[in-house]
Amino acid sequence: MSQLHYALFTGCTAKQSTPELLSSTLAVADKLGIKITILEEASCCGASHLQDFDEFLAHVLNARNICYAEKLGLTMITICNTCQLNSAMTKHALDTDPDLRARVNEKLAEVGLEYKGTSEIKHFLYALIEDYGLEKIKDHVKVPLSQFNIAPFYGCHNIRPSELHHDANGGENPYNPTSLDQLIDALEGHPVDYSHKNKCCGFHVELQANHTSEVLAGNAMVDAIDNNADLMVTPCPLCHLKMDTYQDDVGKVIGRDIELPVLHMPQMVALALGCSEKEIGLNFHVQKATQLYKEAAEA
Amino acid sequence: MSTQTEEFEPFNTDEMETLNPETVTVTLKTFRFNAETDYLPYYKKYVMEVGKDELMLDLLNRIKWEHDGSFSYRRSCRHGICGACGIKVNGRATLACKQNALELVKLFGEELVIEPQSKKRAVKDMIIDKKDFWDKHAEVKPYVVADVDPHPEHETKQSIEEFNKFLDSDLCIQCGNCHYACPVVEVNEDYLGPAAFNAAYRFTVDTRDNAGKERLELTAEIGPGVWDCVKCFECAEACPKEINPIEKITKLHNMQFEQGVARPNVATKHAEGFLRGMKKYGYLDEADIVSYSEGYLGMYKHLKTAIKMMKAGKIHWHSGIPFINSVPKIKNLDEVQKLIEISQTNKL
Repeated sequence: MSQLHYALFTGCTAKQSTPELLSSTLAVADKLGIKITILEEASCCGASHLQDFDEFLAHVLNARNICYAEKLGLTMITICNTCQLNSAMTKHALDTDPDLRARVNEKLAEVGLEYKGTSEIKHFLYALIEDYGLEKIKDHVKVPLSQFNIAPFYGCHNIRPSELHHDANGGENPYNPTSLDQLIDALEGHPVDYSHKNKCCGFHVELQANHTSEVLAGNAMVDAIDNNADLMVTPCPLCHLKMDTYQDDVGKVIGRDIELPVLHMPQMVALALGCSEKEIGLNFHVQKATQLYKEAAEA
Repeated sequence: MSTQTEEFEPFNTDEMETLNPETVTVTLKTFRFNAETDYLPYYKKYVMEVGKDELMLDLLNRIKWEHDGSFSYRRSCRHGICGACGIKVNGRATLACKQNALELVKLFGEELVIEPQSKKRAVKDMIIDKKDFWDKHAEVKPYVVADVDPHPEHETKQSIEEFNKFLDSDLCIQCGNCHYACPVVEVNEDYLGPAAFNAAYRFTVDTRDNAGKERLELTAEIGPGVWDCVKCFECAEACPKEINPIEKITKLHNMQFEQGVARPNVATKHAEGFLRGMKKYGYLDEADIVSYSEGYLGMYKHLKTAIKMMKAGKIHWHSGIPFINSVPKIKNLDEVQKLIEISQTNKL
């Protein structure tokens, strides 16, 4: 197989509050021999909020991001579920609505760009599983995660709406997703089965409906803990921010002491592949997680 | 590049042939509860041979006819029109008369957990009290509000374009699948929910209707309105008529700005405020969006979190302080600035 090469859409959080997501993604790609070109021109995806304010503008800006992947002739990969959703929604809208595509391209022409619809868009999780392959990942495991019960938290925007994601996520079923479980298994960790793995973390209403947000995050974390999770892993940095950064507040609302490290999916892979602590970046977590280096090494 | 699409394809009935040519032994772990006599609900298992053409409704009938005549559920049209037979199977919102049973066996295995749409609203077995659903549905005035001329001289015509605007939203059968799949409905009693929002959209875009502004004002309120939507897309997945309620929720959001109904508050400023960072850096300014949305006085709520994030190195000590750049800039930022300038259609 020729070397895999992707255009990486980092999104905003990997460039700001979750630098560990970017460093661990690049470290994993490096270890597996996957070539990454960062789309330094790509802007914010609108995170589904700009879409609420001005849907057309959000399509224009997302189409611009995709143009840069098309220019390189590469599949665009994302490391955030919400970036994935919003990019894929724009792609779907432009690929199925010629009138909208013409209106968007009219705007893009003003900055010398044209959306052609030639690049696929997929989350890094599915690039690893679908394109690279779990068997080959297994061959690279240096530090088996056999010490850990790991709760997979899928995050809404990679699995719903299923029709939109179907081609990019291996046909994952939103009611019974399996990809993260399989990945944990491949890294020799123990996937935790719990009913909230495919539910919402509440991140998107953190400001205006704080109580709802805390309850949803709390339900998921408590469910994972009650099913003996040592840590949680998610492909979405927004789920990570909600569950890691607000863990104390969530615990207060739910009435439970919650202490659960929440790892980004690439951090978990990086840990198993034996990447450096600096690359994995567990020090950037609010809920203490650095003990995992030592615990993983003890296996 | 290899894909495993075929392996995961859950809804292709052709593949049922290979699953089993005849029947499959299925265990139905079924929620049982009678509010008049039972202190707590319980689950009872019914084992049956299920053929490839049987629907979930057929299995509910068989529980009642072959196992226990007291088993209760709503059913009527059997054609996906009346919306009576909504249930949950392994947590998946299901219209029993439209859903092939073995498709679900393929997805979840040979034990299916049969539950009402909302366990806490259960009255008897699958039958729930849908009062909250109907009340909220009524609240958005799900009908055309117009002064009807008793002696019209011409018809009130709809063009194809006008009709197409609400065509799919008009297909709602009020089954409640989206409403009881919505996690916000479970936490926030005031929240109107996806079915009511779909109805609000349906009649607001109808050119014969005069109550659009009223509906937009109701759905703009924080608490009951669309701003409490968590964007989980459960409703899109749950709808048996493929209406995609969250798409209508996004349209309601946009219409609030288009028609000048949106007032500056934490939610509307949060949506509009994304452009502040994007104009300056191309990226969202994570610190600025919180302070802009909440207002400087509202920031006290986030101080503790900000300090924790600072300690972990997630944000810098100078984040959010004016005139100090802590956000990186994208390449070709001028393109984003230009595109915002020429493409922005809405204002707050």
